[in-house]
Amino acid sequence: MKRILLSLALGAATLAGVAQAQAQEPIRIGVIQTLSGPAAVLGQQARDGLQLAVRQLGGKMGGRDVQVIVVDDELKPDVALQRVQAMIDRDRVDFVVGPIFSNILQAIHAPVVNSPRAFLISANAGPSSYAGRGCHENFFVTSYQNDQVHEVLGAYAQRRGMQKVFLLTPNYQAGRDAMAGFKRHFRGQIVDEVYTPLGHLDFSAELARIGASGADALFTFMPGGMGVNLVRQYGQAGLTQRVPFLSAFTVDESTLPAQQDAALGMLAGMTWAPNMDNPQNKKFVADYEAAFGSVPGSYAMQAYDAAMLINSAVVATGGNLTDRAAVRTALRKADFTSLRGRFRFANNHYPIQDFYTVRAAKRPDGKFQTEIVERIFENYTDVYAAQCPMRW
Amino acid sequence: MSSTLLIIQTLNGLQLGVLLFLIAAGLTLVFGVMDFINLAHGVQYMLGAYLAAMFVAWTGNFFIGIALALISALAFGLLLEVVVMRHLYDRDHLEQVLATFGLILFLNEGVKIVWGAAPLQVPIPDSLSGTIRIADGVLYPVWRLAIIGSGLAVALGLYLIVAKTRVGMLIRAGASNAPMVSALGVDIRRLFMIVFGFGAMLAGFAGSMAAPVFSVEPGMGDNLLILAFVVIVIGGIGSIRGAFVGALLVGLVDTLLRSFSVDLLRLSGLSPSDARTIGPAIASMSIYILMAAVLFFRPTGLFPAKG
Amino acid sequence: MAENPVTPPALPASPPLWRRLWLPVLVFALLALVPFVWGERFILGLVTRAMIMAIAALSLDLILGYGALVSFGHAAFLGLGAYAVAILFSHDIVDAAIAFPVAILIGAGFAFVTGAISLKTRGVYFIMITLAFGQMAFFTATSLSAYGGDDGLRMFHRSEVFGTRILANDTTFYFVVLGTLAGCFVLLKTIVGSRFGRVLRGAKENERRMRALGFDPFRYRLAAYVIAGSICALAGALFANLGMFVAPAYMTWQRSGEFIAMVVLGGMGTLIGPIIGAIGVTLIEEWLAAVTQHWKVIFGPMVVLVAIFARGGIVKLLERGTGR
Repeated sequence: MKRILLSLALGAATLAGVAQAQAQEPIRIGVIQTLSGPAAVLGQQARDGLQLAVRQLGGKMGGRDVQVIVVDDELKPDVALQRVQAMIDRDRVDFVVGPIFSNILQAIHAPVVNSPRAFLISANAGPSSYAGRGCHENFFVTSYQNDQVHEVLGAYAQRRGMQKVFLLTPNYQAGRDAMAGFKRHFRGQIVDEVYTPLGHLDFSAELARIGASGADALFTFMPGGMGVNLVRQYGQAGLTQRVPFLSAFTVDESTLPAQQDAALGMLAGMTWAPNMDNPQNKKFVADYEAAFGSVPGSYAMQAYDAAMLINSAVVATGGNLTDRAAVRTALRKADFTSLRGRFRFANNHYPIQDFYTVRAAKRPDGKFQTEIVERIFENYTDVYAAQCPMRW
Repeated sequence: MSSTLLIIQTLNGLQLGVLLFLIAAGLTLVFGVMDFINLAHGVQYMLGAYLAAMFVAWTGNFFIGIALALISALAFGLLLEVVVMRHLYDRDHLEQVLATFGLILFLNEGVKIVWGAAPLQVPIPDSLSGTIRIADGVLYPVWRLAIIGSGLAVALGLYLIVAKTRVGMLIRAGASNAPMVSALGVDIRRLFMIVFGFGAMLAGFAGSMAAPVFSVEPGMGDNLLILAFVVIVIGGIGSIRGAFVGALLVGLVDTLLRSFSVDLLRLSGLSPSDARTIGPAIASMSIYILMAAVLFFRPTGLFPAKG
Repeated sequence: MAENPVTPPALPASPPLWRRLWLPVLVFALLALVPFVWGERFILGLVTRAMIMAIAALSLDLILGYGALVSFGHAAFLGLGAYAVAILFSHDIVDAAIAFPVAILIGAGFAFVTGAISLKTRGVYFIMITLAFGQMAFFTATSLSAYGGDDGLRMFHRSEVFGTRILANDTTFYFVVLGTLAGCFVLLKTIVGSRFGRVLRGAKENERRMRALGFDPFRYRLAAYVIAGSICALAGALFANLGMFVAPAYMTWQRSGEFIAMVVLGGMGTLIGPIIGAIGVTLIEEWLAAVTQHWKVIFGPMVVLVAIFARGGIVKLLERGTGR
């Protein structure tokens, strides 16, 4: 499997601690992300964010070397399962930092959490199936519960007193969940709810309906290339000014380079934005841009936090990962400085955090990013946590 | 309101149909004349879009960029023909499928290495941006009208070439009986090369026209390739007329059903939530159902080219 | 099938026994040795997955290699078999003794209905109509929101066998899959060698002659299509058990394309070729992916070169190598 030996452990430093380091095996972190196909840009962000964190830590956690093993899930559940199995059995990884997509997480969840040593940390996918009764002591999430991001927009529309909203999403599970999430806090009327095929390119049919519907706003969940198409066609159809565009995972740093001016001013929900004002985030964004040449998105941020979470647990246990219960206790404390500011785990190991609306904006240097507009939820726990039997 | 929506959707269906036609025309000619299944045709569409993105960014002028993209798409098509395709003409269909499948893998990954995995964008030229008012509160983008217009123009041009010129005559003859054309002393290899390069350029043209509307990303041609195959099978392989009719049919059926399937199901008595679940699934399947139905009644398509 | 007094045309005399058998014997012997040489679970899992793909490719070879019927929707059968097992599982029907026969029957039923329509067409039209049915199955699976829709459906453990959980052991499961592969190979070998197989091949070479001899090729092709569909659905049932998970991603048209590639790469119309092709493709993919993230840039040209230069696939290469 792809070994990215992050023995960026500088030559001199290694020589100094050679006697001590030789005795110990490196800490192995397996990273499984979608790195091929149209969604590859998301997986690359996550991979780069995690590697940046490891690099900032000097390639070491708790005095031990860190080895990062990156694999591509190809967005195929069976391939993902195969490669995760290899990471667990052959590479004997201590942590698996998990995938972008829920269906990949579903495929790899059981083999990792039931393995003798590895913890599974999802740095993006946060399906409801593992938040409620299906929660697991060896599974942590550094992103969010998927519904929450959609709830932000529903709550926003409600707060703004919007009466009629048009919903648009691809016809698959995450899309249906997104619409359910939006409706949780929105009390107005849903004028229409349109489901497109996954991988949909041409939104002309839907745009015509939106234009004719008399809606106060559109809420949509159109990840990846679909979102690029939708946003640009939305502008071309002259709708941007007429029907405000609310979205989740549609306008972000992975799609803005292609959407550019067409997305300006559009609102999205998130837990973070590159302009978030705290020192650790400023350094993260600057280092990321210097290393990879693009503005980091939430995928990079969450993977970075996942690495810092792992580091906190390794430090807390003094680099001794054999006692799984002790590592779990350390992970639960989430004793690290998140790029988002406040961050702790609920009983189901999903985060309790703040949620904001963010707006697409153009920076003075010509690059595009999202920027925080207003806080919608404070210290927000997902609705499934109560059903999770774990108590600690 | 409903009738304006219908007009807009019909225009949208036409626009999709025209794009499909540009891809399907090359595919059906290559298939009909050379009896060659070219799965890599969708990749040529993708390449056209990437080249357009690159050249428009370089030159800063949309039209010069598109022209350069067309020339490069043609050159690349000819290169592929010389390096790979010509070794496969007298082979089994399956070996052609396999080889061009390998090309898809290579080129999809190749564009990612060259241009990165993130989607690219091509701005619409100022002269063609904006919208036209069709009816009260209903606007239609000029660029989409431009796609429809240029697609129809290409269709007309192709018709004239195929129906009126000597090359066109050879193409028609080749589509119905290639060995005969060869026996008559025509340099069939050169004819093949011309047809292949031209088909690649048409696909590249479709890609560059689509680039301002769709995101330019690796693998963007894969699904359109399948749609284009559906089109030429419905139309009858080797027939330009069939490709045109098939493309418009697929474009219209797909767009209209996507837009109205839920309402139709609701009218037929299904509960709104059931209609919402089933409608999109049926809409996604509609063109495949259409194709299966056409083949069931006319096993060689609507306008079979071979006698 | 109607009894017919006319014997189908004989085929050229077979080569000596050892020439026909050395390759299958070698392949199965190597497969049987794997668990003893590499005990690691991921290698077992990898080879198990390769063998399940081999069963699917094998079933495709019956219609593709012997009937010249290029099905571009074969992955649908894999998905149907997998979904049958997983959906029954979600309704607490967890025994393989029920779930596997149901999976096979569903595969057979789908093959019968779609085959009866598809087999009216020929050549490329057949390719496209099977693609159409494959896509319909795919879109149906994505709309099954009660069973996870696009996210797929989990099984909490492997199927039970008469109330026991013997399949839970990876090595046992490995040998079950290997046994199934060997069984399917022998079954198909018998079928293609029988009168039925000779009619099928005769219809591929010269349909008019078979008709003149009084055979109705359509019925033979349909029967072959149903057999292929059933076996591929069985592969799907095993596939669901391997990962304890099913998803619509199991039945994309790309996967149908991969099956065709496996059969052609290995050598179609040989039965052992598709097995070698499927296992080879799966292992090479895994190995290349370990070397570079851009492994498709290497794998793609390899496929092109095999298509251009190794006519008849890997099996022909091997046979040429042994001086045949």
